[in-house]
Amino acid sequence: MADRSAAPRARRSVLTSLLNPGLLAHIGKSSPPRTELVTRRDIRKYAVATGQRGKKYLAGDEAPPMFHISLFWDVVELDQLTPDGISIDPLVPEFPLKRAMAGGVKLTWHQRIFPGDVLVATRTLTDIHEKQGAQGPLIFYEVTTEVVNAKGLPVVTEKTTRIMR
Amino acid sequence: MARIDQIHPGDALPEREFKVDNVELFLYNAVLWNAHRIHFDYPYATAVEGYPGLVIAGPQMGDWLSQCVTDWLGEDGDLESLEYRNRKAAYIGDVLYSGGAVTAVDAAQGRVTLKLFIRNQKGEEILPGDATVCFPRRSV
Repeated sequence: MADRSAAPRARRSVLTSLLNPGLLAHIGKSSPPRTELVTRRDIRKYAVATGQRGKKYLAGDEAPPMFHISLFWDVVELDQLTPDGISIDPLVPEFPLKRAMAGGVKLTWHQRIFPGDVLVATRTLTDIHEKQGAQGPLIFYEVTTEVVNAKGLPVVTEKTTRIMR
Repeated sequence: MARIDQIHPGDALPEREFKVDNVELFLYNAVLWNAHRIHFDYPYATAVEGYPGLVIAGPQMGDWLSQCVTDWLGEDGDLESLEYRNRKAAYIGDVLYSGGAVTAVDAAQGRVTLKLFIRNQKGEEILPGDATVCFPRRSV
């Protein structure tokens, strides 16, 4: 499904200079699904760190809407971190532009998250395209994370865009 | 009267002030398992990356945007979607403000759309966003 939706943009980008077919071939690739258990303690830690005011969040009775970001942030070993403390994202190819900036985030919630839930996240590289910025070319890439519950029903959909310059 | 009937385009959402300190920024990144030095290593953030200070995490500000909605909603409805753009970075020492306004109300569908913002102390909109919330449909 990701391959089909990304195809029109990929064709457009083939004509540009920075994105060769080898890079664009990564569009549609997915990481192996990751399964995590939601615990009351993890919800409470997230709620405190984000300054939540809702009692149900601070008590860990329900997860704040963006809790899944902490649940599925990659846990890597120390030797897998670069000197600046970043973990390499195996889903994203090496781009000719190296400086990464946050772009934007689109989130859609399908149901609430509670302690005891078992959630499964699958990340897919859904787009790579290039634009001419005021100070030179920019590469945009989008990773879509689909979070589903143990029954396979959707819980959260997240589309994150990052910009390389 | 149902909550949605009391909501009108132009209504403002309550504003909230954020003065993040090192402890809160540390806790947020610890909860994520995010070791990016720009969030805790001041000499690295300033001398190597050239930032004016420790960088507040983008999704942390995104969460504040979601709280702007959930605090306003209470238990009356659900946050259905949120979209935001990281327009400018923020640093420890900045004073940030979250807020927003109702842009449209569809009482029949039980849906309200909102325009949201995080602004810094200079009045710059550093994280603009849009959200939709849904309320229980009325029984006819």
